[in-house]
Amino acid sequence: MAAVNVLETKGLTKIYGGVEANLDIDFQLRKGQITALIGPNGAGKSTFVGMVSGRTLPTRGTVSFAGKDISHLPAHKRMQLGMAYTFQITSIFPGLSVYDNVDLAAGRKLANDKTALAQKTTQVLDRIGLTDRADQTAQDLSYGHQRILEIAMGLAQDPTVFILDEPTQGLSESEVDDFVTLMKSLAGETTILLIEHNMRVVSETADYITVLDQGQVLASGTPDEIHRNAAVQAAYLGTTSDA
Amino acid sequence: MTLHIAVLVVLLGLFFVLPAYHVGAFSRIMVLAIYAMGYNLLFGYTGLLSLGHAMFFAAGMYGFGLTVNLFGFSVAPAFLTGIIAAAALALIVGYLALRTAGVAFMIVTLMFAQTVYLVILYFGEYTRGDEGFVVQQAQRSFAGIDLTGETERYFAALILFAICFLAVAKLVQMPFGKRLVAIRENEERARMLGYDAAKLKLHALIISGAVSGIAGATYGLLFGYVGASFSTVQYSIFPLLWVLLGGAGTTIGPLIGVIFMFYLIDISSGYTDAYLLIAGVALVLLTLFAPLGLVGTLRKRAFPWLP
Repeated sequence: MAAVNVLETKGLTKIYGGVEANLDIDFQLRKGQITALIGPNGAGKSTFVGMVSGRTLPTRGTVSFAGKDISHLPAHKRMQLGMAYTFQITSIFPGLSVYDNVDLAAGRKLANDKTALAQKTTQVLDRIGLTDRADQTAQDLSYGHQRILEIAMGLAQDPTVFILDEPTQGLSESEVDDFVTLMKSLAGETTILLIEHNMRVVSETADYITVLDQGQVLASGTPDEIHRNAAVQAAYLGTTSDA
Repeated sequence: MTLHIAVLVVLLGLFFVLPAYHVGAFSRIMVLAIYAMGYNLLFGYTGLLSLGHAMFFAAGMYGFGLTVNLFGFSVAPAFLTGIIAAAALALIVGYLALRTAGVAFMIVTLMFAQTVYLVILYFGEYTRGDEGFVVQQAQRSFAGIDLTGETERYFAALILFAICFLAVAKLVQMPFGKRLVAIRENEERARMLGYDAAKLKLHALIISGAVSGIAGATYGLLFGYVGASFSTVQYSIFPLLWVLLGGAGTTIGPLIGVIFMFYLIDISSGYTDAYLLIAGVALVLLTLFAPLGLVGTLRKRAFPWLP
């Protein structure tokens, strides 16, 4: 299958005072698929998505989105082009209602069409299972629900590329199951870049995996290929089996 | 919107029931409430704490007063000049000060306001500095109406208050207003939803400055005095106190805050010279027990429908 790359990086590098957090990363995100970015702590995953989303400026290298070089665009412009981003540390509007949180996310595109906006917001809340809590203040939600709310805010933007930075961190097993189901239901609808620690989530959802280690791409491939890759086993899986 | 209309109806009714002294007081209160609403837009809705809003009030006041005095402008163009002066100042200050946030933003705005104060003193030849100048009665009539009379003044204040009040109420309901609240709640999240936070904050500051300028120009027009004391730090702190007392991020909070503070000082000064002490204690108690302000606390505790 000839996959079309919706997002690409070439030679993406970030150097923090001599430390190469990311070094010459060439990466392709295949349209309509779920790509997981994995790697041990400190591998440079967050730095990488920071540069992709525009939160962090690269030392050198380029990011292109839908064939267009977006390396010099600020983060909000990249989001306007069709990216959505969920933070590693939950980031919502704590003092606003659940409904208003989603409404603001959907409202960037739909603010001028009240009916469409209300419809979109209701539909997203329904899909993610937060309809009953729509009127609650977001900060009063449980941690798990707050994380789900943030994912809802991503979905409400109808993103071309949805970047999720460790979305299952701190979720209970049953919440993780719900998350996996949700990711599968998004297959084909949107392209997903998933930064994930939880190997069960990765193996159940990812179509494609890229492994980062010490700021560099160690391997890329289908889950099977990654599973058989000796270097990955040594650097990453090996450490978990020792534990 | 019905609640907002009800507030305006009450203010209209007060004119007919209040004794003359309090009618005069309410004229002043409504003008200062315009200033508080301008401040609230930036502080209460956008979450930016400025310590220099007196510069915008003064820009409106001097933009009005100086053009009347020096160039013989009539009321309408002079008033408009005041608003434009305040908005332009807000644009310049915002362009520079919004590169900072939090405490740094407070200090930078404070410094800009201090600069404006010193500029007013420096050009004392035209501004008459601290002493200020009077706008003559003959120059304060609009469309044949002499705005120096108590009745005319009350209604002029009420009309201008009503326009600003309804406009702000509408503005915060619009997508623009909701986005300002989003910035207040979590700026980074707003940016990562694709909102241009820097631009939104600049627009908020310009509108906030312009509304404060309207208040300054109205003050000069209705009370006939223009002086440098209105650009001092004290006049930058006042709107912060009014908004905190009334309820930040509520549409009627600023008005309530101004009324409360005005009468707190007015009544306590009738009993003792140490009225500022009483005012201070009341402020401390309110901050402790009603941290969301009068309206904000009532809204949270009992009346969620309060605007």
